[in-house]
Amino acid sequence: MREELYQQTILEHNRSPRNFKKLEGATHVAEGYNPLCGDHLWIYMKVNPSNVIEEVAFEGTGCAISKASASMMTSSLKGKTVLEAKALFGEFHELVLGNLKPDTQPNHLEKLAVFSGIWQYPSRVKCAILSWHTMNGALDQKKSISTE
Amino acid sequence: MSTFNVQQYRADFPNLRISVHAKPLVYLDNAATTLKPRCVIDAMNAYYVTGVANVHRGVHFLSEQATAAFEYSRQVVRQFLHAKKVDEIIFTKGATEALNLLAQSYGRHFLKKGDEIIISYMEHHSNIVPWQMLCEQVGCVLKVIPINEKGEIIQEEYLKLLSDKTKIVSIVWVSNSLGTVNPIKSMIEAAHQQGAVFIVDASQAVTHDAIDVQDLNCDFLVFSGHKIYGPTGVGVLYGKEALLEAMPPYQGGGDMIKSVTFAKTTYNVLPYKFEAGTPPIAEVIGLRSALEYTQTVGWEDMKAYKQELLEYGTQKLLSIKGIHIIGTAKHKTSILSFVVDGIHPHDLGTLVDQEGVAIRTGHHCTQPVMEFFKIPATARASLAFYNTKEEIDILASALIKARDIFQK
Repeated sequence: MREELYQQTILEHNRSPRNFKKLEGATHVAEGYNPLCGDHLWIYMKVNPSNVIEEVAFEGTGCAISKASASMMTSSLKGKTVLEAKALFGEFHELVLGNLKPDTQPNHLEKLAVFSGIWQYPSRVKCAILSWHTMNGALDQKKSISTE
Repeated sequence: MSTFNVQQYRADFPNLRISVHAKPLVYLDNAATTLKPRCVIDAMNAYYVTGVANVHRGVHFLSEQATAAFEYSRQVVRQFLHAKKVDEIIFTKGATEALNLLAQSYGRHFLKKGDEIIISYMEHHSNIVPWQMLCEQVGCVLKVIPINEKGEIIQEEYLKLLSDKTKIVSIVWVSNSLGTVNPIKSMIEAAHQQGAVFIVDASQAVTHDAIDVQDLNCDFLVFSGHKIYGPTGVGVLYGKEALLEAMPPYQGGGDMIKSVTFAKTTYNVLPYKFEAGTPPIAEVIGLRSALEYTQTVGWEDMKAYKQELLEYGTQKLLSIKGIHIIGTAKHKTSILSFVVDGIHPHDLGTLVDQEGVAIRTGHHCTQPVMEFFKIPATARASLAFYNTKEEIDILASALIKARDIFQK
C-alpha cells in the first residue's frame, strides 16, 4: 500500500500558501516551468551581503503538490544561509527520490519530511521538486528553469 | 437501452482483468491508447514464436510466409479505409511519422515561399510542429482556423482563410482533447475548390466510425495502430496514388530502392518507395488483426453504444457540483474533458488512480486548446466500446471523493 500523498499539511499549504506574493526588491528571481503538466511559478529571494536569505516568496499556478511544496520551502528557507539552502535542496532531492529515509537517517528536513512518500508516485516527484530547482537556479543566477 | 453485449467484448481484452491499487482497473484513457484484444496479442506472438523472418528479401519459406502476411495486412488496411489500391497504403511508425513524411516529402517538394498551409486551433502538436518546421525550411505561412467556446472549428473563418495561396489543409477529424467531430467532408470540398490538398488526421476518428477515403475524397489520411486496439509502433499513411507517385522518398535505405550504384540510385515503386528499412513486421500483422476485430464487432453497434456512454457520462459529470466540461460541440465522440473547481487536474488524476481509475490529465499535446480555454490542463476520460456505465459511476464516485478530500 502506498503512503497517502495528500496529507493534511499538504492540503492545508495548498489552501493557504505561505509567502504567496511577488517580492519587491528581490535580489534573486527565477521562473520555473514544467511543460508536461503546466506547473508554472516564480521564486523571489532577498539575500543580504552576508549570504543570508532574509525573505523568500513565490507566485504562480500549479497542482496541490507543487504549490504546497513551494509554500513549505519558503517557510523553511527564511533565515538560512545560501549554503544551508543548497544543502537542504540536496536533502529534499534525496527525500523525494526515496533515497533519504527521514525516520532513520540524519537530516534537516523537519516539516518537509511530509513529502517522504512521494517517491511512490513517480509522475508527481517533479511537481514537488520544481520550486526547489527554481530556487536553486535563482541562487545560481539562472533566469528560467524547466523540469520534465 | 442498447442490446450491445459489452461483457462479451470485455472478455476479449485480458488487460481489463487486472487490479490497480487493489481495485479493479477502470480504464478510461482510450484516447491515449486503447487496450489490445487477445487476437492481436496472439497474432503478434505467432509471428515471434513460429514465423520470424524479414520481409521482401529471402527466398526461404519463413521469409515468403512473413512477406505474404505483411502484404495481406496491407490488403486489410486498404479494405478498412476503402482505398482504391494497395499501393496507396504506406506503413509508418504512427500518425506522427506520417504527418512528418507529408510535410517533408510533399511539402518540401511542392511548396514555396509565400504558399499557405491551413490547420485548426484544435490540432494535436503532431499536426502543428511538422508544418512549422516546413515553414521555416521553405518560407511558407501557417494559418490557423479559430474555434468557438464549444470547441468547434468556426467554418466561416475557414472559408475566409482559404485562397489560391492555400496549398495544404491539414485537419484533425476528431479532436483528442475536446471530442469534437469536425465536418471533414465539407471542409475537404472547400479546400479542393481552391486547389489545395487535404490531409485528414484520423487518429481519434479511427475508433469513432467506419472510414471511406473515396467517399471523403481526402488526398491523404493518417492514423496510428495503437489507437484502434492494435500495437504501438505502426501507423498508416493513405494517399492518392498520383500524389504519392509525384512525391520524392522521405527516407533512404533498404527496401525503398530499385537499384543502388554510387553513380545513380533508382527508387522502388509504391508503396515501398516510402518504406525504408525493415518495417515493424509483427506490429503490421497485429494491426491487421485489430482491424479485422473491429469488423466483427460492427461499426454501427459500436458507435451507438459509445454515444450512449457519452450521454450517460456527460450527465453523470454534470451532476457533480464544481465540474465543468471542456468541449461541448454538437457532434462529439466519447471523450470527456473536464475541470473541477479548486482541484488541479494532476491532483485529480492521482486521486482517482487510487480508486483504480485511469484517466489522462494534462494538455493532451494540444497546448493551444488549453490556452484558448485559459486553463493549464484538463482531466480527460475517453471511453471505448468495452467501457460500461458502471465504470462511469466508479469515476464519478472517485471524483466526489477527490473533491471531498480537497474541501476538508
